[in-house]
Amino acid sequence: MLDMRLYMLQRLSALVMAPLVFGHIAVMIYAIGGGLSAAEVLGRTQGSVGWMLFYGTFVVVVSIHAAIGLRVVLAETIRIGRLPLALFSWAVCLGLLYMGLSAVHAVTAS
Amino acid sequence: MPDAAASLSVSVWRGGPEAGAFRSFDVPALKNQTVLDVVAWIQRNAEPTLSYRFACRVGMCGSCAMMVNGQPRWTCRTHVRKVAEDGRLEIAPLRNLPVIKDLAVDMDPFFDKWVKAEGVFHSSTDRAADIAPVRPSTPARVAADAGIECINCAVCYAACDSVAANPDYLGPAALNRAWTLLNDAKDSGRVAILDAVSRPGGCTSCHSQGSCERFCPNELSPLTSIAGLKREAAWRFLRKES
Ligand code: SF4
Ligand code: SF4
Ligand code: FES
Repeated sequence: MLDMRLYMLQRLSALVMAPLVFGHIAVMIYAIGGGLSAAEVLGRTQGSVGWMLFYGTFVVVVSIHAAIGLRVVLAETIRIGRLPLALFSWAVCLGLLYMGLSAVHAVTAS
Repeated sequence: MPDAAASLSVSVWRGGPEAGAFRSFDVPALKNQTVLDVVAWIQRNAEPTLSYRFACRVGMCGSCAMMVNGQPRWTCRTHVRKVAEDGRLEIAPLRNLPVIKDLAVDMDPFFDKWVKAEGVFHSSTDRAADIAPVRPSTPARVAADAGIECINCAVCYAACDSVAANPDYLGPAALNRAWTLLNDAKDSGRVAILDAVSRPGGCTSCHSQGSCERFCPNELSPLTSIAGLKREAAWRFLRKES
């Protein structure tokens, strides 16, 4: 169900994700506390390679991490074969990637 | 504490692998009494065909474990006054193992997993070789010593929710043994052990919640041993050792 490769991928994605989570929370507090409007936020993110890389990386590691985590939860909650389990994991990963990267594109493309 | 005249209300699981039910018994409450004493009293005085397992009665052999009020215990060393709730006891066969009859479970899956985890000694010398010195103070020996006093009672295995959720999971006791051997200077099975515990159902299936450590009657910490295995397996993966 969880071989060493997936296990390591989940640990390493967590390692990358941890500082990004703190960065994201800091950005949220700054944006809300400072009362930035949507237009002001977009003014800073659009065309910014930095924000694109920050949130792009975030989306990629979250998609990997969440897909592996949900895979374990599913496998331990219901009896399920390897193939459906693999399909489920890929669907979660690709779904999150699609949604996340569309959002990153929407706020950072110029 | 119940006085000598009081009695305990005890329900005991009766039945085989297919079907069964709890049966109630009134057992005289004594000042000093273990859960195993209660089971023995029922078998001798009320239910002669009740099956259960024990041997040493002093916490050495690991054969008397049962679920007591929903929690796994070594019954020969568990005092009734510590676990009874309002004078009630519910005694059931150990969780996570197939029932043979009444309170006796089939321990085979538990021990098969010890072998699967390479929890067997891997010799590197023969009887002609000199006895290898083992220094008690080395970090590896200290780690091995911390997990060595296991009595194979399967209390941790019954307490483990990961075993309940994933029948292929090797479980705390087998992995704890694998860890003590990995740290044993006389054992030469490092590669075999790390291979075995890195497979699906190995150390990566542990959720690190620590029920094993909470319930182990010998106060061992399989959780810590498994964390050690995870660490070793992860480094080996990163270094691509074989
Ligand atoms: S810490 Fe791991 S081995 Fe111990 S009970 Fe929890 S899942 Fe089982
Ligand atoms: S680790 Fe503790 S609870 Fe588990 S089998 Fe050994 S002695 Fe029993
Ligand atoms: S009877 Fe031996 S440990 Fe309980």
